[in-house]
Amino acid sequence: MSGTQTVAAGPQQQGAQPSEPVSLPAADPEYQELGGSGMAAKYGLAIAGARPNPVAYARRLWVARHFIVAWATARNQALYSGSRLGQLWQVLTPILNVAVYYLIFGILLGTRQGIPDFIVYLVAGVFIFNFMQTAMLYGSRAISDNLNLIRALYFPRASLPIAITIIQLQQLMIAMVILFAVALAQGEPVTWHWLLIVPALSLQFVFNTGLALVVARFGAILTDTSQLLPFVLRTWMYASGVFYSIKIMVGKHRIPGAVTWVLDHNPPLLFIQVIRGQLIKVPATGDPKTATGYANAMFLPPHAWLWLVIWALVVGIGGYLYFWQGEETYGRG
Amino acid sequence: MAEQLIPADGKVLVDGEELTREEALERRAKRRAEAARNSPTVVVENLHVHYRVYGGSGATRGAATGALNRMIHRRKHDALRDVHAIKGISFVARRGESIGLIGSNGSGKSTLLRAIAGLLPAEKVGGVYTDGQPSLLGVNAALMNDLSGERNVVLGCLAMGLHPNEVKEKYQSIIEFSGIDEKSPNTSLRPMKTYSSGQAARLRFSIAAVKLHDVLLIDEALATGDAGFQRRSEERIRDLRRNAGTVFVVSHSLSSVRDICDRAIWLEAGLIRMDGDVDEVTAAYEAWSNG
Repeated sequence: MSGTQTVAAGPQQQGAQPSEPVSLPAADPEYQELGGSGMAAKYGLAIAGARPNPVAYARRLWVARHFIVAWATARNQALYSGSRLGQLWQVLTPILNVAVYYLIFGILLGTRQGIPDFIVYLVAGVFIFNFMQTAMLYGSRAISDNLNLIRALYFPRASLPIAITIIQLQQLMIAMVILFAVALAQGEPVTWHWLLIVPALSLQFVFNTGLALVVARFGAILTDTSQLLPFVLRTWMYASGVFYSIKIMVGKHRIPGAVTWVLDHNPPLLFIQVIRGQLIKVPATGDPKTATGYANAMFLPPHAWLWLVIWALVVGIGGYLYFWQGEETYGRG
Repeated sequence: MAEQLIPADGKVLVDGEELTREEALERRAKRRAEAARNSPTVVVENLHVHYRVYGGSGATRGAATGALNRMIHRRKHDALRDVHAIKGISFVARRGESIGLIGSNGSGKSTLLRAIAGLLPAEKVGGVYTDGQPSLLGVNAALMNDLSGERNVVLGCLAMGLHPNEVKEKYQSIIEFSGIDEKSPNTSLRPMKTYSSGQAARLRFSIAAVKLHDVLLIDEALATGDAGFQRRSEERIRDLRRNAGTVFVVSHSLSSVRDICDRAIWLEAGLIRMDGDVDEVTAAYEAWSNG
């Protein structure tokens, strides 16, 4: 053809049926002179899909906030659209969860001994732990479940685990209404302490987002993560005193101080204990044995709130940076 | 070679104008000569792309014991397959060019588009350099099938980075362009899983085409919908091309590649086999695939 950039046909291109495919050099005269990176520098071209620095990445996430919220809300609504009772399951699921645990731990195994207001204690434990558990379970599949979307559109990939944590927060809001109803039915007094639940859950949201980001990258590297995670989370649940008081349980055994420290500062347990502390009013008792039991059930290590802040910041920021490092690779599958 | 593509005596319709074959070829040559002096929008340098595919083995995926088993025995080849889809290609695309990507199934056309869009990472050796963020217009852009078409329009626009106010502005024109409400009103209010594949594809195309792009990558988006919608979507692509710097089109329909593109790149097994004038390349490809 005329003087446009038609590729000079090599020996392989002469016949209608070249025997082996070959890689042609770019015929562009400027490319031959400068090379790809030289041209990119001359015209100010950027590497496709390059990862911005963490601050610029945060800015992109902020721009994507409308998408994140809309996606989270849409996913939440689509979740139960296939069932007959529909959105009612958002309320039924936490209630049934609590009913099952109450039957097993409260009645059959009798872990309610020594705990003031066991029902509120249990419901708070189940809901708060469930918030972390589901954020991690769904977070680990954030990349693999949405590979079509990732390979079709550019948006900051952290949008997905963040949106998943927001979905779980929306579910938790419904669960919290149930928790407050249970607390009122159990005769717990409404005090200004209830307001402290808001900052506690905000910190837990940051903490859970960090965990969701970490497991999302794990899940993108090794898809088996989502199969193994339930075992990890179940172990973690039993160590977090969801259905019983860890202090009362280990009180019978001698364990090293370091292990006690780790058990006391276990983040989900701290979140659960702080929120239990705002809801449950410990009844006065003359019996010293019962009083010790109550103190153990409601135990908080010193500086519990400070630890909540530390956990939220360390895991939140750490998870963000860890996920950000893999930004370019998530489309690979 | 071009004789069989554009009849020598007949007139051809180019951008809404009737031209003779000579005029059409002359215009294309002129456009390509002009484009050759423009600034580059996409520079691809020795690009390699790998991606991973799971499955295809007998391992019980999904069961926890199976996962544990795989972790222990680490039989990587069973569950995980690495696909070397693009094996070192280089080319330059400039403003005003419209480039068709052709080749057999699995030759790497769609993978190349995704690499240009920055959705699949390039290997360390080479790379893709682009002017701005190229936009991939694919009919496979995942939308949520459980939600109504209307909600999907909003979600799709937000995903492309439109502000909620812009979405409100453009919403009506998207629904109208897709034409899904023409035959049976309120189709846009039904869940997308109740749509026919044509209706879903039309809605997806209409959402994706709402924005103007510097570099536009179109993946098989021309083959969707009925004749009326195809005409409208080809017009829309010409619009976008005039405003965009560069348009890439992946299609198995050689006639639509000839209609829309001036240049074609023929990929085979992850390598460029031919790069040049659209008539020459498509003719060579036809001869190769028929022979």
